[in-house]
Amino acid sequence: MPAWKKIREFVAEAAVKASGLASIFIVALIFYFLLREGIGLFQAYRLPDFLAGKNWYPISDPPEFGILPLIFGTLLVTLGAAAISVPLGVAAAIYIAEVAPSRLKEFLKSGVELLAAIPSVVLGFIGMVTVVPWIKTAFGVPTGLTALAGSVILAFMAMPTIVSIAEDAIHSVPKNYKEGAYALGATKWQTIYRVVIPAASSGIVAAVMLGIGRVVGETMAVMMVTGNSASMWRGILFPVRTLTATVAAEMGETVQGSEHYFALFAIGVALFLMTFVINMTADMVLHRKRK
Amino acid sequence: MNMNPRVTQRIAFSALLFSTLLVMVPVGMVIVVILKQGAGAISWEFLSQMPRSGMRAGGILPAIVGTFCLVLGAVCFALPLGLLAAIYLSEYSKDTFLNRIVRLAIINLAGVPSVVFGLFGLALFVNFFGFGASILSGSLTLGIMILPVIITSSREAIDSVPQSFREVSLSLGATKLQTIRHAVLPHALPGILTGTILGVGRAAGETAPILFTVAAFYLPRLPGSIFDQVMALPYHLYVLSTQVPNVDSGIRYGTALVLLVIVLLMNAIAIAIRAHFRSKKKW
Repeated sequence: MPAWKKIREFVAEAAVKASGLASIFIVALIFYFLLREGIGLFQAYRLPDFLAGKNWYPISDPPEFGILPLIFGTLLVTLGAAAISVPLGVAAAIYIAEVAPSRLKEFLKSGVELLAAIPSVVLGFIGMVTVVPWIKTAFGVPTGLTALAGSVILAFMAMPTIVSIAEDAIHSVPKNYKEGAYALGATKWQTIYRVVIPAASSGIVAAVMLGIGRVVGETMAVMMVTGNSASMWRGILFPVRTLTATVAAEMGETVQGSEHYFALFAIGVALFLMTFVINMTADMVLHRKRK
Repeated sequence: MNMNPRVTQRIAFSALLFSTLLVMVPVGMVIVVILKQGAGAISWEFLSQMPRSGMRAGGILPAIVGTFCLVLGAVCFALPLGLLAAIYLSEYSKDTFLNRIVRLAIINLAGVPSVVFGLFGLALFVNFFGFGASILSGSLTLGIMILPVIITSSREAIDSVPQSFREVSLSLGATKLQTIRHAVLPHALPGILTGTILGVGRAAGETAPILFTVAAFYLPRLPGSIFDQVMALPYHLYVLSTQVPNVDSGIRYGTALVLLVIVLLMNAIAIAIRAHFRSKKKW
């Protein structure tokens, strides 16, 4: 092999290797830059006041940066979304994987892909013109921009993740498990309920976790329909403000290098860590059973 | 008392079907509503003119052009990097500790909230590198966001090329690089293309990453360089729906329709490519 060819091979391999490791570098870079900006808040502001403070008044004097109400907002909307999307999503996954005839199955799968493809801002817009006015009249509340509206819209954003991953898990249950159950005289439903679902349970749990991870991080749709009022627990029919919506709504108005700017980055760090933990755990759950 | 298992099964299957319909019917309704309400607003003027009177009239041309620029920039950044990363993962790396870390990094990157990408872009590209709020900053931010999509699908495509293709090429005296270029990549191309187009669809629809890195509230002219700010379709829809009072709802639905059509078209193309090459595959 001529020398220049060897050099070319070497350069190519180096470039490939560098790109391969780039994702590690990028994740580290994201964390570093969030932390670098976020840490600025804690020169003057105490970490416990940030995490457990009950007031988010970023522009009052002196400002207060307690993210507890924002965590409540995120939690409330997430729990609501999970309450809707987990049962429906898992049921749909079971139906698609085990019950639907094959033509319908393909159709439903494309439907799920379609839902995954709809941009969050479009879902938020649709939520504003359909779900929000409906909540206002149905429950007789002064505004339909509520935690409930956020939960409904976010449930649909979590659905594609839950359905497709759970469907995968159910689909990959070995055929002989089912055949064993049929041979013992079980009906199709008994087989699904007693054999298939338990066998796929870790995949289903991972699907739910990843769906929840998606909900926690969702920004635009939730900002458009939840009313954005940072307040402590009042109930599902009141406006709330989530962590993500706070960052998205307020970053445009902050002065760079101000405490408010740093505080929004500190929220970014919290969000990054939350989704990091959720994704890692989901991955562990998903790969535990493969042993 | 035990119920007849057949009756139980019928009840259970009906409940499952009902749940599936509860998921699917709203999806259909969203699309039908946007199509029906938005179609009336679509005209050549709407697509080819600048917005006028505080975005309450005129067209959405700058937002369409802006989204196009951002997506193009994102792909120019993410495709080479993602493709090389995929080649590394499937052709060069051995199954090691490092490999596992790369996999976990990709999973995490895919799970980072979109608004956090926006913060990162603001800190790194806009401020640290001094690119300002510009097409460059926005494209790089979106590019990093779609990187996991491109890596994952490219890797799947490369992995699915049979091992014998590589062995034949290597046995003919080709180098590893030549083997990858001539014996592996051509066969993985459809899969790579599919992943890239899906990434494009995702980048076109995202709002949060571009909020602080590029998107302009109202900028009725076309960008002149990659250091200009631009309007973008998803942000424009957000602005129209929440920030500007008394907008004719036709304009909102029209904007939503244009965005939805672009995104769904990308997905349809990706699905078509996948289906076409899957049916032609000979191994």
